[in-house]
Amino acid sequence: MNKKVISAILCGSMVLASVSPVFASDEGMTIALVGKSAGNAFFEVSAESFVAAAEAEGATVDVVYPEAATADAQIRVLDNLISQQPDAICIAANDVNALQAKLTEAMDAGIKVSSFDSAPNKDSRQVFINQTSVDLVAQALMDAVLDITGGEGQWAILSATSQAANQNAWIDAMKALMESDEKYSALELVEVAYGDDEPQKSTDQTAALLQKYPDLKVICAPTTVGIAAAAKYLQDNGSTCKLTGLGLPSEMLEYTGDDDAHSCPYFYLWDQQGLGELSAYATMALVNGDITGAEGETFTAGDLGEYTITAADDGGTEIVLGDPLEFNPENIEEMAELY
Amino acid sequence: MEKKSVLKKITGSREALLAVILILLFVIVTIISPSFLTPKSIMDMLKNNAVTMVMALGMLCVMLVGGIDISIMSTLALSGMSIGMLWKYEHISNTFLTFVIALAIGTVCGFLVGLVISRADVPPIIATMGFMYIYRAMGYLVSNNGEWASAAALGTFKDFATSSFLGINNVVWVIIICYVIFFFFMKWTRLGRKIYAVGSNADAAQVSGINVKNIKLMVYTVMGFLGGLGGALQVSVYASAMPDMQQGGEMDVIAACVIGGVSMSGGRGTVIGALLGSLILATIARALPLVPFFDQLWLNTIKGVIILVVVMVNVVLQRIADRNALKRREM
Repeated sequence: MNKKVISAILCGSMVLASVSPVFASDEGMTIALVGKSAGNAFFEVSAESFVAAAEAEGATVDVVYPEAATADAQIRVLDNLISQQPDAICIAANDVNALQAKLTEAMDAGIKVSSFDSAPNKDSRQVFINQTSVDLVAQALMDAVLDITGGEGQWAILSATSQAANQNAWIDAMKALMESDEKYSALELVEVAYGDDEPQKSTDQTAALLQKYPDLKVICAPTTVGIAAAAKYLQDNGSTCKLTGLGLPSEMLEYTGDDDAHSCPYFYLWDQQGLGELSAYATMALVNGDITGAEGETFTAGDLGEYTITAADDGGTEIVLGDPLEFNPENIEEMAELY
Repeated sequence: MEKKSVLKKITGSREALLAVILILLFVIVTIISPSFLTPKSIMDMLKNNAVTMVMALGMLCVMLVGGIDISIMSTLALSGMSIGMLWKYEHISNTFLTFVIALAIGTVCGFLVGLVISRADVPPIIATMGFMYIYRAMGYLVSNNGEWASAAALGTFKDFATSSFLGINNVVWVIIICYVIFFFFMKWTRLGRKIYAVGSNADAAQVSGINVKNIKLMVYTVMGFLGGLGGALQVSVYASAMPDMQQGGEMDVIAACVIGGVSMSGGRGTVIGALLGSLILATIARALPLVPFFDQLWLNTIKGVIILVVVMVNVVLQRIADRNALKRREM
């Protein structure tokens, strides 16, 4: 019975997905994509794939940047947009709460509101597109550590500051994973060090980790400044300790490789291209009425496949893109051009 | 005659005290982690603190004339980011030229700061606060709003910090050369002594024919020059240029001077003091992560306590010296 229902939904959504492009082009759907401010490399990558995905479906996208990276400047942009009546607004919010009045006004005027990159509060949006989740990041990092250590041995975490909420969420989730799964039992997390996202301090911390734990096999640095500083130190010293974590491909290009001359076999970061693409499909699905942003709804996002709307931590709803993107010797050259 | 020798003994012992603290730190850390006192570990430490150590020399000069400069890390970011972007977009590919450009940018930055302070008579903390924002923002502008120049973009420039000359890392050579030059400059050149004269008593210096304004202009220009050097070193050592690099780092430079016995009110302080002060800071930063069961948040607490203790000891020693000097006069 259950299978039948699911297959019916699947068929339905597939039909809808194949119908929607025609539908969209007839309507000439217009979407306004509002950035945080001009010149944000991350956002640009997503915006580009957003526009490509939407235009392929016949929609027109207007990418608008506020004059400054403030909520005030975005409110002025939204004021303008509401009078132009696009079919949808997709926004990377500069403030969680400050945009509520304007975005509610937009929704009341029949404009669909979605968000990615950074979310306005749950009442200011219909759905948020999240690049990944805490659990998925922790899972990817733990598996990388397991793989690079060869399944056993000492490893350490090099974090940013001890008060950083996202860092701590990832670290806690990694610790929980180690507790819960037998396959991690031979791994020993010796220390969580904090480099404060300063190259100087991160270098000191990396040096101290190597000095204290001569058998250290892997350092996992889920922070872009930390991973680059540690990568440089390990590589310059020809250390046998390897590195993984979250980093910027352009910053890690020099250190990524499978051989002993490179300190980092592979690492992760958000899939900004995928995020832009998924956001485009989700926004179009809102306009087409395939989804309303309620928990449990499903839709098909082109080649990306089917997605389900889930509950977000802030009480609203979100669509999670998936695993963080792996950067390895095969794709790093290409990705380093982007971000 | 006797008065001078007493004073000399006390000022001498102040630096001796710092040396004792430093040696004590070395001993404690070596007991905790025996690998600390290896040549490689010491070289690593010096290299990782090159920026602070070199810039402490400039801060010494600035503080000797009774000034302060909190714009230095913005100067560092602007010059470092500029050379980073020049490398990234392949406008330059020569290490020597890179240093020249960074030094030139730093010098111009410092010269402007000096002009505003010496000619417009703006209080140093206000003037340099203004420039702190200006140069930092310019660093961001140069970076196209936050781009990084990463290791891959920095070609052979990053090799400067990984290569050695006569078995000593290039960056460490830069530190040594700077300290030797400043040691001689401050102690035995007329210009160096004029800085002390202006700091001890600006009016008296003016009357004796020293151009106080030009001396002030010079110390901020020197500070800017070293800020430019710091920018080049930072980019080379960490193989990356980011517009937010060393944000807040000026406090470490000031702290190094203060620990080293440089007086905030001018006239007092030595190159050896600046060296010992920055070495003590560097050792703490290097050592604390080695101490097990140690919460990293204590790092700044300990830094603060050490600054206060050293400064208080300095004040007490100075008071004793003054009292002794007065005693002799009464006799």
